[in-house]
Amino acid sequence: MRKTLNQKAWFFVLPVFVLVAFNAAIPLMTVINYSFQETFGNNIFFWEGTRWFKQILQSERFHGALGRQFLFTFLVLIIQIPLGIAIALSMPKEGVGVSVCLVLMSMPLLIPWNVVGAMWNIFALPEIGFLGHSLNALGIDYNYTQQPFAAWFTIILMDVWHWTSLVVLLAYAGLCAIPDAYYQAAKIDGASRWSIFRHIELPKMKKVLTIAILLRFMDSFMIYTEPFVLTGGGPGNSTTFLSIDLVKMALGQFDLGPAAAMSLIYFFIVLLICWVFYNLMMRHEGHHE
Amino acid sequence: MNKYKWLVPTIYIIFLMLPIYWLLNMSFKTTTEIINTYSLWPQQFTLDNYKKIFTDSTWYNGYLNSIYYVVMNTIISVSAALPAAYAFSRYKFLGDKHLFFWLLTNRMAPPAIFALPFFQFYSSINLFDTHIAVALAHCLFNIPLAVWILEGFISAVPKELDETAYVDGYYFWRFFFKIFIPTITAGIGIAMFFCFMFSWVELLLAKTLTAVAAKPIAATMTRTVSTSGYELGLLAAAGSLTIIPGAFVIYFVRNYIAKGFALGRV
Repeated sequence: MRKTLNQKAWFFVLPVFVLVAFNAAIPLMTVINYSFQETFGNNIFFWEGTRWFKQILQSERFHGALGRQFLFTFLVLIIQIPLGIAIALSMPKEGVGVSVCLVLMSMPLLIPWNVVGAMWNIFALPEIGFLGHSLNALGIDYNYTQQPFAAWFTIILMDVWHWTSLVVLLAYAGLCAIPDAYYQAAKIDGASRWSIFRHIELPKMKKVLTIAILLRFMDSFMIYTEPFVLTGGGPGNSTTFLSIDLVKMALGQFDLGPAAAMSLIYFFIVLLICWVFYNLMMRHEGHHE
Repeated sequence: MNKYKWLVPTIYIIFLMLPIYWLLNMSFKTTTEIINTYSLWPQQFTLDNYKKIFTDSTWYNGYLNSIYYVVMNTIISVSAALPAAYAFSRYKFLGDKHLFFWLLTNRMAPPAIFALPFFQFYSSINLFDTHIAVALAHCLFNIPLAVWILEGFISAVPKELDETAYVDGYYFWRFFFKIFIPTITAGIGIAMFFCFMFSWVELLLAKTLTAVAAKPIAATMTRTVSTSGYELGLLAAAGSLTIIPGAFVIYFVRNYIAKGFALGRV
């Protein structure tokens, strides 16, 4: 779309700018402030330079949490995106089925995150939960409070349960936007199911899928509440992701300096990856206009 | 293969419903029954858990608090985002691309980073433990999202609509409210749905910014667990009730979800 140059448009953006700056700039300044200083309480601060940054970047604990975070996000994306597309492809295109599917599938998205955690905590318990009980009845030794692998399995399954619907909704919306004429043309050409998917559906879904990947990346990378309620980061440290570690450090141990430095490094990583994604997406969009 | 296509969504929905059913199942049991017996449905059906929640003010106030700040946040976010999204979609101005990305970065910021600074900041301006504090704090991630969604919808509306209205003698705000907003109701519906959703489900910031007067239901639940041991029945009933507002919202926007998503960017 052609846009007119209009500097007065800033007045339209001003409310948003003020509201977000109010929330983002001032707290972010606090974090930056802490990250370079040491405090012993009473509002007395000492300049520390980049000491905290070095300490965090070299600490085993941070490396561990970062590694687990990347593994978690990778698994989440690799499972949820294809699964979401597959479900969207097999959903009905019209009739009552559409509403039923959409309403039921959206349910997990609107449950408060700690309720999701608590729900799965109980659902997966070996003695009283359906999942834990069933798995053990099948002869699988499963106890997520003690086995790291079981804990990971439960967290991934919970996240698939919680968020795959978002991918389904987005992919389905992309599919609905494809005009019937495309399918008819493909039929005339005798295209196979796979080539319809590969050459019509997938390109048309590219835009919504980019958004789905971006949203899923951001949210899984900053996941906190659900694993905190489900496993508390355990057993041991096996499911301690970045946010859990950060909150432990900041609010649990009150190590403000290192926690602030870690916040900034954390934020920087998310920002960097999203910036790459965003630019890819924008370039793609520019291509079509 | 097409004959069995319905199986995929059906199996998926069953998988989604199982944990929810388990929660409902427990909410109708007493805590002793939950701990001592494993059963697929309540053996001694009871409504006591729900009765407790509807008669104890710390419980039902939790729901009201959550609903207050979620509604406030949804209204603030969408009404601030509307003109901004219009500007991003229609005009070029100094720093527009950078501003748009800067807005999005706030959606990317992990709330865990902001928990402590928010606590200090909102305490220092005397807004700690108020509904508006949580509503404002949630603007951090909801406004960027609302701008993003609405910008997509607005860009799908041809610019000729604006131009025709001006030729017909409409001045800007009259055009905006009388013609433009009605054309993008689907987009507004979707944006409100997402704002409601992300504000309703977020707990870390909501919990950090409240103590008593504005405590959200989700936080009330965690407190009860720690003081009186595991009151699982009560916890399950409270959890089940948190699903209801979401289900309502989905029901109202269900048609927008199907059609609306396709029009806009999200």
